[in-house]
Amino acid sequence: MKLPTRFSPRTAWSRGLLYGTAMLFALWVLTPLYLIVLAAFSRRQAIYEYPKSLLPFNLSADTMTFFVTSTGVWSSVNHSVIVACATIVLGLLLGAPAGYALARFQFRGRDLFQIALLVTKMFPVAILSIPLAVSFIQWGLYDTLFGVVLIHTAMALPFVVLVTRSVFFGVPQELEEAAMTLGCTRLQAFWRVALPLALPGLAAAAIFTFMISWNEVFAATILTVQNRTLPAQVLTQLNDSPIYYRYAGGFFMIAPALVFIFIIRRYLLNLWGAQ
Amino acid sequence: MRFKLESALPFGLLFPSVAFLALLILAPIGQAFLLAFQTETGEFALAAFQRMASDTAFNEAVRNTFLLLLTIVPLQIVLALAMALLIHARLRGQTLFLYVFAIPMAISDLAAGLVWLSIFTERGYLNSILQSLGWIQQPLLLLSYQNPQGIFAAVVVAESWRATAIVMVILVAGLQMIPRDFFEAAELFGAGTLKRTWYVVLPLLRPSLQTALIIRTLFAFQTFAVVFALAGRTLPVLAGEAYTWYYSNRNPAVAAAMAFLILLLSLLATVVYLRVLQVREEERAR
Repeated sequence: MKLPTRFSPRTAWSRGLLYGTAMLFALWVLTPLYLIVLAAFSRRQAIYEYPKSLLPFNLSADTMTFFVTSTGVWSSVNHSVIVACATIVLGLLLGAPAGYALARFQFRGRDLFQIALLVTKMFPVAILSIPLAVSFIQWGLYDTLFGVVLIHTAMALPFVVLVTRSVFFGVPQELEEAAMTLGCTRLQAFWRVALPLALPGLAAAAIFTFMISWNEVFAATILTVQNRTLPAQVLTQLNDSPIYYRYAGGFFMIAPALVFIFIIRRYLLNLWGAQ
Repeated sequence: MRFKLESALPFGLLFPSVAFLALLILAPIGQAFLLAFQTETGEFALAAFQRMASDTAFNEAVRNTFLLLLTIVPLQIVLALAMALLIHARLRGQTLFLYVFAIPMAISDLAAGLVWLSIFTERGYLNSILQSLGWIQQPLLLLSYQNPQGIFAAVVVAESWRATAIVMVILVAGLQMIPRDFFEAAELFGAGTLKRTWYVVLPLLRPSLQTALIIRTLFAFQTFAVVFALAGRTLPVLAGEAYTWYYSNRNPAVAAAMAFLILLLSLLATVVYLRVLQVREEERAR
């Protein structure tokens, strides 16, 4: 089918301009990523070559191997994964019920709770790790992974509640009510009907939580000494490590995040856009 | 009995998250207050704040933090607005563009600092390119401690690269809530692209702009890893000094005083944005 004749040369020209600008922005985002991949996959000695080639002809796993086998790195990766997974579990356990309540019930204090959520979403929680460190020493939580999990959960919780709220909004209440008229209890109706339908959205909330925890630097560094997460390990080694160690560390922290943000790209607008 | 249980249900569901956030946010705020204002003998004094302010790096840290804020935030708003309008123009492949533009959201400030380190360092990619083109004879020392402007510029670039994405996502979400008719009506009356942006889009986008400004400003007060990665302590910033007081100087009281200051600045900035960019309740989409 032919398009209507509104397609004038002038609009064609302006569309071209729009595409050109969009491509420029895409290059601006992608070029540095390409360069860190190049730096992380060069031989260690190639770091000192100058001027460097920008073409990927001399790739090698040498630098990455060096990084991963450096003292403390692999255990810090394990810590990061453990902390992030525990944050997901705790965040969903605490946050999903609240999200469900916001989606299903009208009650007094509902608006107040939603405002409190917006405030905590923006609140500089990481800064609180300084007073928390003092409390954690008293409570025996200092330098434990669980302590880091607690503060990461506090950061992720508002997002978990907001996402699960919109997820359960999307699951028709009538389905649950139908299940209840057919003899299910409220809990059974939730478990057998609402929850399976909500799973993809809950998975997105889980992945976003993982990203918050995986990327968090300040609190993880303040709250640990031995049990470092990966960002804490890299940050505290910055001044004592060769520059190729830092490039490899940078790439290692970015790589999983790229995959995750691709998986949850449909939910990004919900996560940050919801007022 | 049954009725009572049902009406208590939402509160029961809300309770765990409310209790948790109260414990992990309100309690540390109180603790920060005590740490910062109480001396070891239990009296209240400003000793920690005096110690903090007398440090030579403190004034510099305050100045740098605000200079970075005043440079980066407007730059990000303009860049993010351009990106968001491009996404909104419904180009073919807009979902791909949205994904690419949003990628830096998934990158920590530490990792972003390291990415740009590989570009701006002495034998880095920027110097390599300039040298190959014959524009320079020897590498520029952009990140040298003798070149504070160079470091400042590098931090501005790295932060604009990383944190524009979040503003863009907020603005795209805001644009989606504006009915298409508004744009079409403006076009029908002959308003050009610039006029439409200025008179139609920006006023309607005010709630989203307000959110974006608050989030970005509050994050800017917490910026430190990107600066550390590029320049160590050569360019002191507030959050970095709080970290140094706690971690290197082992002085939780002064660190808590700085944390308290950052909280206070965050509160202040939020109030200013809420007052200056007043958003009426009916403009706020639910």
